[in-house]
Amino acid sequence: MTELTELGIKAIREGVKAGDFSAREVAEGFNANIASAEALNAFITATPDHALKAADAVDAARAKGEELGSMAGVPIGVKDLFATQGVQTSAASHILEGFKPEYESTVSRKLWEAGAGMLGKLNLDQFAMGSSNESSYFGEVVSPWRKQGSDAKLAPGGSSGGSSAAVAARLAPAATGTDTGGSIRQPAAFTGITGIKPTYGRCSRWGIVAFASSLDQAGPMAKDVTDCAIMLEAMAGFDPKDSTSLDLPVPDWEAALSSDLTGKKIGIPKEYRMDGLAADVAKAWDDGIQWLKDAGAEVVDISLPHTKYALASYYIIAPAEASSNLARYDGVRYGLRDLPEGANLQDMYAATRAAGFGDEVKRRILIGTYVLSAGFYDAYYTQAQKVRTLVQRDFMSAFEQCDVILAPTAPTAAFALGEKTGDPLEMYMGDVFSVPASLAGLPAMSVPSGLNADGLPLGLQIIGKPFDEQGVLNAGLALEERAGFTAKPQKWW
Amino acid sequence: MSVDRATVAKIASLARINMSEADLDTMVPEFNTILNFVDQLSEVDVSGVEPMTAVIPNKLRLRADAVNADPLTGGGIRDKILANAPVAEHGFFGVPKVIE
Repeated sequence: MTELTELGIKAIREGVKAGDFSAREVAEGFNANIASAEALNAFITATPDHALKAADAVDAARAKGEELGSMAGVPIGVKDLFATQGVQTSAASHILEGFKPEYESTVSRKLWEAGAGMLGKLNLDQFAMGSSNESSYFGEVVSPWRKQGSDAKLAPGGSSGGSSAAVAARLAPAATGTDTGGSIRQPAAFTGITGIKPTYGRCSRWGIVAFASSLDQAGPMAKDVTDCAIMLEAMAGFDPKDSTSLDLPVPDWEAALSSDLTGKKIGIPKEYRMDGLAADVAKAWDDGIQWLKDAGAEVVDISLPHTKYALASYYIIAPAEASSNLARYDGVRYGLRDLPEGANLQDMYAATRAAGFGDEVKRRILIGTYVLSAGFYDAYYTQAQKVRTLVQRDFMSAFEQCDVILAPTAPTAAFALGEKTGDPLEMYMGDVFSVPASLAGLPAMSVPSGLNADGLPLGLQIIGKPFDEQGVLNAGLALEERAGFTAKPQKWW
Repeated sequence: MSVDRATVAKIASLARINMSEADLDTMVPEFNTILNFVDQLSEVDVSGVEPMTAVIPNKLRLRADAVNADPLTGGGIRDKILANAPVAEHGFFGVPKVIE
């Protein structure tokens, strides 16, 4: 029998259902892998008992002949940005260290209702701000991947770096992620796994620690496209507690999966072939184009003229929303309080926030405060929102000529930890291909395409029309079948 | 456009984040690098373009006009609300004295 921790969502669910193994055996296997993988620092809090309890409930339900949920028996990792009742929810920050929510986020609640269990809370960039998982108060996550012939520590991507490392290292068959400017797709690409950010509003934001509310979306990170379809179905759905939740039925994405792209048109944006695109990434993109042609699609050249400005627009809008959202951390209602001797209320706020936020979070709060301040609001914030409208219009005109768009997920393979920490702007540049789809609220997915010459994974990105997760998943499946990506990191941890 | 040290200090004060002189030494150049980067937006012609307000068209809904329509967001949960407070006294959040 295959080792249970090699299995993905679908294989676990079906094996449990058929009685090939019990849900408890699966949970025990992953709990053991987590316990022996501290070198990766993927988890902030492990919750082995939660996983076992959920597994036992599934095994008991099966014994009684009850119908099992779509995620029954599947233990997952949860990014530590989702509120989980009674379990520390830190956003990888000092200011929320020790915060134990009295409620469960909608997305995690739906996953538990579908029969999943929680292996633990996964590390991330602090408040999801970062692209390398180095801004966590609880230490950086180390990618399970290494360059051939090197033992230098690599970044697992960010902000969902604990999620990507855990799935790649077989510490979890799948994990939740959140994506504000690429935080599901870029870490998926860096670690050879699959992840999808759905259309803005598909997954409820209720109970997810807010970063930039007009951009934040939850999504699954898993081993393959089918597992992503299954898990996204369990996560998505209308929630009256989120004012931007989409009041639409959740399609049966898994059942409608098809890699036959006959009659579909794939757009290739010329502006994405920019300076600084690594040669191996360009080659992977060309491979992807061939694979989609092979699947029956027609390839068309498209133009997204405002691509160049998307990143600048994002790095105004996201910090602006963050500065507003993070105003709630004041040392009064929850989290850290720093009250110096003789301090008044204002002093307490400033001392608490100085002690509780990391450098990148402070940088973004300050930028956000500046661009929203009197006299600069129109020049920066309003201008950025107008450019955002133009970025979205670019996509809408492109979708008159094509059904989905194919592009690289990130301009390079994984970089080394510490390589970009000295230069915030250089770090931001890595988001150049993922940010535009976020600004436009579009569904977008990363699928592994192969290894580069250094033996590191590369990812291809599919961007779809609003609400067309199915089109994205289907094109992703066509890529996956042709890429035949089976590489795994060699265990060194 | 670039900003001076006093401006960054003022912004930090508005954002209620204490910054030491050493913090400002690092923050001021980083702040300006980022501002110089986003300044490229000023070259985009946005005449006649409306700023985005909703990325996916959606109407704000009204909830049912009922007490505790959803118990999760309803009332009567004082102790839960106070459970994570650094200081809670007599059923209230505790703060330093604000009136001299």
